[in-house]
Amino acid sequence: MYEVIAFYIFAISTTVLFMITAMSKNILYAMTSLAAGMVMISGFFFLLGADFLGVVQLIVYVGAVMALYAFAMMFFDATKDIKEKHNSPALVFLLGGLMALVFVVMFSAPIIGENIQALYPVVEGVGNAQAVGIVLFTKYLVPFEVAAIMLLVAMIAGIILAGKKMDFSLTTNEELPLVDKESEDEILKESR
Amino acid sequence: MIGISHYLILSGILFSIGFMGVLRRKNLLMLFFATEVMLNAVNIAFAAIGNYYGDLSGQMFAFFVIAVAASEVAVGLGLLIVLYKKHHSLDLDVISSMKG
Repeated sequence: MYEVIAFYIFAISTTVLFMITAMSKNILYAMTSLAAGMVMISGFFFLLGADFLGVVQLIVYVGAVMALYAFAMMFFDATKDIKEKHNSPALVFLLGGLMALVFVVMFSAPIIGENIQALYPVVEGVGNAQAVGIVLFTKYLVPFEVAAIMLLVAMIAGIILAGKKMDFSLTTNEELPLVDKESEDEILKESR
Repeated sequence: MIGISHYLILSGILFSIGFMGVLRRKNLLMLFFATEVMLNAVNIAFAAIGNYYGDLSGQMFAFFVIAVAASEVAVGLGLLIVLYKKHHSLDLDVISSMKG
Protein backbone atom coordinates (compact mmCIF):
# COMPACT_ATOMS: atom_id res chain seq x y z
CA MET A 1 0.00 0.00 0.00
CA TYR A 2 2.77 2.41 0.96
CA GLU A 3 4.65 1.39 -2.17
CA VAL A 4 1.70 2.39 -4.34
CA ILE A 5 1.35 5.77 -2.67
CA ALA A 6 5.11 6.43 -2.86
CA PHE A 7 5.28 5.36 -6.51
CA TYR A 8 2.47 7.66 -7.58
CA ILE A 9 3.84 10.62 -5.59
CA PHE A 10 7.30 10.17 -7.14
CA ALA A 11 5.88 9.51 -10.62
CA ILE A 12 3.69 12.60 -10.70
CA SER A 13 6.37 14.86 -9.21
CA THR A 14 9.10 13.67 -11.61
CA THR A 15 6.83 14.04 -14.62
CA VAL A 16 5.79 17.56 -13.65
CA LEU A 17 9.34 18.65 -12.75
CA PHE A 18 10.87 17.29 -15.95
CA MET A 19 8.07 18.88 -17.94
CA ILE A 20 9.11 22.22 -16.41
CA THR A 21 12.71 21.44 -17.37
CA ALA A 22 11.76 20.76 -20.97
CA MET A 23 9.37 23.70 -21.36
CA SER A 24 10.62 26.56 -19.16
CA LYS A 25 12.09 29.71 -20.68
CA ASN A 26 14.33 30.50 -17.71
CA ILE A 27 17.59 28.59 -17.24
CA LEU A 28 17.44 28.90 -13.44
CA TYR A 29 13.94 27.39 -13.24
CA ALA A 30 14.91 24.60 -15.62
CA MET A 31 18.03 23.73 -13.64
CA THR A 32 16.28 23.81 -10.26
CA SER A 33 13.44 21.60 -11.46
CA LEU A 34 15.94 19.18 -13.01
CA ALA A 35 17.80 18.89 -9.67
CA ALA A 36 14.52 18.33 -7.79
CA GLY A 37 13.43 15.72 -10.35
CA MET A 38 16.70 13.84 -9.87
CA VAL A 39 16.12 13.73 -6.10
CA MET A 40 12.68 12.25 -6.81
CA ILE A 41 14.21 9.68 -9.20
CA SER A 42 16.48 8.42 -6.43
CA GLY A 43 13.23 7.61 -4.60
CA PHE A 44 12.39 5.07 -7.32
CA PHE A 45 15.78 3.41 -6.82
CA PHE A 46 15.13 3.06 -3.08
CA LEU A 47 11.69 1.62 -3.85
CA LEU A 48 13.27 -0.92 -6.23
CA GLY A 49 15.74 -2.10 -3.58
CA ALA A 50 18.74 -0.55 -5.32
CA ASP A 51 19.90 1.41 -2.29
CA PHE A 52 23.46 1.96 -3.47
CA LEU A 53 22.27 3.22 -6.85
CA GLY A 54 19.94 5.67 -5.11
CA VAL A 55 22.77 7.03 -2.98
CA VAL A 56 25.04 7.31 -6.04
CA GLN A 57 22.25 9.12 -7.88
CA LEU A 58 21.95 11.61 -5.03
CA ILE A 59 25.70 12.18 -4.68
CA VAL A 60 26.76 12.18 -8.34
CA TYR A 61 23.75 13.68 -10.10
CA VAL A 62 22.35 16.09 -7.55
CA GLY A 63 25.67 16.80 -5.87
CA ALA A 64 28.24 16.84 -8.65
CA VAL A 65 26.51 17.24 -12.02
CA MET A 66 24.04 19.90 -10.93
CA ALA A 67 26.78 21.78 -9.05
CA LEU A 68 28.82 21.70 -12.27
CA TYR A 69 25.87 23.14 -14.17
CA ALA A 70 25.44 25.81 -11.50
CA PHE A 71 29.10 26.79 -11.78
CA ALA A 72 28.95 26.81 -15.58
CA MET A 73 25.90 29.08 -15.45
CA MET A 74 28.09 31.74 -13.82
CA PHE A 75 29.81 32.08 -17.21
CA PHE A 76 26.51 32.72 -18.97
CA ASP A 77 23.87 35.31 -18.23
CA ALA A 78 21.22 33.22 -16.52
CA THR A 79 18.84 35.98 -15.47
CA LYS A 80 17.40 36.90 -18.84
CA ASP A 81 14.77 34.73 -20.48
CA ILE A 82 15.76 32.65 -23.48
CA LYS A 83 14.22 33.59 -26.79
CA GLU A 84 13.85 30.59 -29.05
CA LYS A 85 12.62 30.78 -32.60
CA HIS A 86 10.42 27.85 -33.56
CA ASN A 87 9.76 27.37 -37.23
CA SER A 88 6.89 24.88 -37.07
CA PRO A 89 5.88 23.96 -33.52
CA ALA A 90 2.92 21.88 -34.72
CA LEU A 91 5.17 19.60 -36.75
CA VAL A 92 7.58 19.20 -33.82
CA PHE A 93 4.72 18.26 -31.51
CA LEU A 94 3.30 15.79 -34.04
CA LEU A 95 6.66 14.09 -34.62
CA GLY A 96 7.47 14.22 -30.92
CA GLY A 97 4.12 12.67 -30.01
CA LEU A 98 4.57 9.85 -32.50
CA MET A 99 8.11 9.20 -31.28
CA ALA A 100 6.87 9.30 -27.68
CA LEU A 101 4.31 6.60 -28.48
CA VAL A 102 7.02 4.47 -30.10
CA PHE A 103 9.31 4.96 -27.09
CA VAL A 104 6.63 4.00 -24.57
CA VAL A 105 5.80 0.83 -26.52
CA MET A 106 9.52 0.07 -26.94
CA PHE A 107 10.34 0.61 -23.26
CA SER A 108 7.42 -1.54 -22.12
CA ALA A 109 8.24 -4.37 -24.55
CA PRO A 110 10.13 -6.42 -21.88
CA ILE A 111 6.78 -6.87 -20.08
CA ILE A 112 5.86 -9.63 -22.54
CA GLY A 113 9.35 -11.15 -22.66
CA GLU A 114 9.07 -14.20 -20.39
CA ASN A 115 12.11 -16.33 -21.15
CA ILE A 116 14.85 -14.09 -19.76
CA GLN A 117 17.14 -15.63 -17.16
CA ALA A 118 19.11 -13.73 -14.53
CA LEU A 119 22.77 -13.65 -15.58
CA TYR A 120 24.13 -12.43 -12.25
CA PRO A 121 21.51 -13.23 -9.62
CA VAL A 122 21.26 -11.13 -6.49
CA VAL A 123 23.61 -12.55 -3.86
CA GLU A 124 21.66 -13.88 -0.89
CA GLY A 125 22.32 -12.86 2.69
CA VAL A 126 24.15 -9.57 2.08
CA GLY A 127 22.94 -6.01 1.65
CA ASN A 128 22.62 -4.21 -1.64
CA ALA A 129 25.95 -2.37 -1.35
CA GLN A 130 27.89 -5.61 -0.70
CA ALA A 131 26.13 -7.43 -3.57
CA VAL A 132 26.91 -4.55 -5.93
CA GLY A 133 30.53 -4.56 -4.82
CA ILE A 134 30.87 -8.32 -5.37
CA VAL A 135 29.55 -8.11 -8.93
CA LEU A 136 31.32 -4.83 -9.76
CA PHE A 137 34.77 -6.03 -8.74
CA THR A 138 34.51 -9.46 -10.35
CA LYS A 139 32.43 -9.45 -13.52
CA TYR A 140 32.57 -5.74 -14.29
CA LEU A 141 36.13 -4.95 -13.21
CA VAL A 142 37.44 -4.01 -16.68
CA PRO A 143 34.53 -1.65 -17.54
CA PHE A 144 34.96 -0.13 -14.07
CA GLU A 145 38.64 0.66 -14.72
CA VAL A 146 37.84 1.96 -18.21
CA ALA A 147 35.18 4.23 -16.68
CA ALA A 148 37.80 5.53 -14.24
CA ILE A 149 40.18 6.39 -17.12
CA MET A 150 37.29 7.99 -19.02
CA LEU A 151 36.47 10.20 -16.02
CA LEU A 152 40.13 11.24 -15.74
CA VAL A 153 40.22 12.15 -19.45
CA ALA A 154 36.96 14.09 -19.07
CA MET A 155 38.35 15.99 -16.08
CA ILE A 156 41.51 16.99 -17.98
CA ALA A 157 39.43 17.98 -21.02
CA GLY A 158 37.12 20.10 -18.89
CA ILE A 159 40.05 21.91 -17.25
CA ILE A 160 41.81 22.54 -20.58
CA LEU A 161 38.66 23.73 -22.38
CA ALA A 162 37.29 25.99 -19.64
CA GLY A 163 40.62 27.19 -18.27
CA LYS A 164 41.74 29.32 -21.24
CA LYS A 165 41.38 33.10 -20.90
CA MET A 166 39.84 32.88 -17.45
CA ASP A 167 40.71 36.57 -16.77
CA PHE A 168 38.39 37.70 -19.57
CA SER A 169 34.95 38.52 -18.19
CA LEU A 170 32.23 37.31 -20.52
CA THR A 171 29.21 39.09 -19.12
CA THR A 172 30.80 42.56 -18.78
CA ASN A 173 32.43 42.41 -22.25
CA GLU A 174 29.27 41.26 -23.97
CA GLU A 175 29.77 43.24 -27.19
CA LEU A 176 33.54 42.75 -27.56
CA PRO A 177 34.45 39.66 -29.56
CA LEU A 178 37.32 37.80 -28.00
CA VAL A 179 39.14 37.32 -31.32
CA ASP A 180 38.04 39.37 -34.32
CA LYS A 181 37.90 37.79 -37.74
CA GLU A 182 41.03 39.35 -39.29
CA SER A 183 43.40 38.55 -36.47
CA GLU A 184 41.98 35.03 -36.34
CA ASP A 185 42.77 34.60 -40.05
CA GLU A 186 46.29 35.94 -39.49
CA ILE A 187 46.86 33.51 -36.68
CA LEU A 188 45.64 30.70 -38.90
CA LYS A 189 47.95 31.79 -41.74
CA GLU A 190 50.96 32.02 -39.45
CA SER A 191 50.35 28.60 -38.06
CA ARG A 192 50.39 27.00 -41.52
CA MET B 1 0.18 -3.41 -6.74
CA ILE B 2 3.06 -1.73 -8.53
CA GLY B 3 4.65 -4.05 -11.06
CA ILE B 4 7.38 -3.69 -13.61
CA SER B 5 4.95 -2.33 -16.21
CA HIS B 6 4.32 0.80 -14.13
CA TYR B 7 8.03 1.55 -13.96
CA LEU B 8 8.59 0.85 -17.66
CA ILE B 9 5.70 3.04 -18.79
CA LEU B 10 6.84 5.84 -16.47
CA SER B 11 10.35 5.53 -17.85
CA GLY B 12 8.98 5.71 -21.40
CA ILE B 13 7.01 8.85 -20.54
CA LEU B 14 10.04 10.54 -18.96
CA PHE B 15 12.20 9.59 -21.95
CA SER B 16 9.57 11.10 -24.26
CA ILE B 17 9.62 14.33 -22.25
CA GLY B 18 13.39 14.50 -22.65
CA PHE B 19 13.10 13.70 -26.34
CA MET B 20 10.55 16.47 -26.85
CA GLY B 21 12.96 18.82 -25.10
CA VAL B 22 15.79 17.77 -27.42
CA LEU B 23 13.55 18.35 -30.45
CA ARG B 24 12.23 21.77 -29.55
CA ARG B 25 15.12 23.38 -27.67
CA LYS B 26 17.31 25.90 -29.46
CA ASN B 27 19.51 26.84 -26.49
CA LEU B 28 22.46 24.49 -26.02
CA LEU B 29 22.37 24.51 -22.21
CA MET B 30 18.67 23.59 -22.25
CA LEU B 31 19.48 20.83 -24.75
CA PHE B 32 21.92 19.42 -22.20
CA PHE B 33 19.20 19.43 -19.53
CA ALA B 34 16.91 17.47 -21.86
CA THR B 35 19.60 14.82 -22.45
CA GLU B 36 20.00 14.47 -18.67
CA VAL B 37 16.27 13.77 -18.42
CA MET B 38 16.59 11.03 -21.05
CA LEU B 39 19.56 9.42 -19.27
CA ASN B 40 17.64 9.39 -15.96
CA ALA B 41 14.60 7.80 -17.60
CA VAL B 42 16.73 4.97 -18.94
CA ASN B 43 18.27 4.46 -15.50
CA ILE B 44 14.80 3.87 -14.01
CA ALA B 45 14.09 1.23 -16.67
CA PHE B 46 17.42 -0.51 -15.97
CA ALA B 47 16.82 -0.61 -12.21
CA ALA B 48 13.22 -1.81 -12.64
CA ILE B 49 14.11 -4.65 -15.01
CA GLY B 50 17.05 -5.68 -12.83
CA ASN B 51 14.75 -5.79 -9.82
CA TYR B 52 12.13 -7.82 -11.73
CA TYR B 53 14.56 -10.53 -12.83
CA GLY B 54 16.55 -10.54 -9.58
CA ASP B 55 19.62 -9.56 -11.57
CA LEU B 56 22.31 -7.05 -10.69
CA SER B 57 23.31 -6.29 -14.29
CA GLY B 58 20.62 -3.63 -14.55
CA GLN B 59 22.06 -1.70 -11.63
CA MET B 60 25.57 -2.11 -13.06
CA PHE B 61 24.51 -0.57 -16.37
CA ALA B 62 22.84 2.28 -14.49
CA PHE B 63 26.16 2.94 -12.71
CA PHE B 64 28.02 3.11 -15.99
CA VAL B 65 25.34 5.39 -17.45
CA ILE B 66 25.88 7.73 -14.49
CA ALA B 67 29.66 7.67 -15.05
CA VAL B 68 29.22 8.44 -18.76
CA ALA B 69 26.77 11.24 -17.95
CA ALA B 70 29.22 12.81 -15.48
CA SER B 71 32.09 12.85 -17.99
CA GLU B 72 29.75 14.08 -20.74
CA VAL B 73 28.77 17.04 -18.57
CA ALA B 74 32.41 17.89 -17.79
CA VAL B 75 33.51 17.91 -21.45
CA GLY B 76 30.27 19.40 -22.77
CA LEU B 77 30.30 22.35 -20.38
CA GLY B 78 33.91 23.10 -21.32
CA LEU B 79 32.90 23.15 -24.98
CA LEU B 80 29.89 25.35 -24.16
CA ILE B 81 32.15 27.90 -22.44
CA VAL B 82 34.49 27.94 -25.46
CA LEU B 83 31.49 28.43 -27.79
CA TYR B 84 30.12 31.22 -25.62
CA LYS B 85 33.48 33.00 -25.63
CA LYS B 86 33.53 32.85 -29.42
CA HIS B 87 29.90 33.70 -30.33
CA HIS B 88 28.54 35.35 -27.13
CA SER B 89 25.46 33.21 -27.52
CA LEU B 90 24.33 29.65 -26.99
CA ASP B 91 21.54 29.74 -29.56
CA LEU B 92 21.87 27.03 -32.18
CA ASP B 93 20.66 29.35 -34.97
CA VAL B 94 23.43 31.85 -34.13
CA ILE B 95 26.16 29.26 -33.67
CA SER B 96 25.42 27.17 -36.76
CA SER B 97 27.92 27.89 -39.52
CA MET B 98 26.87 25.32 -42.12
CA LYS B 99 24.26 26.25 -44.70
CA GLY B 100 21.45 23.79 -45.16
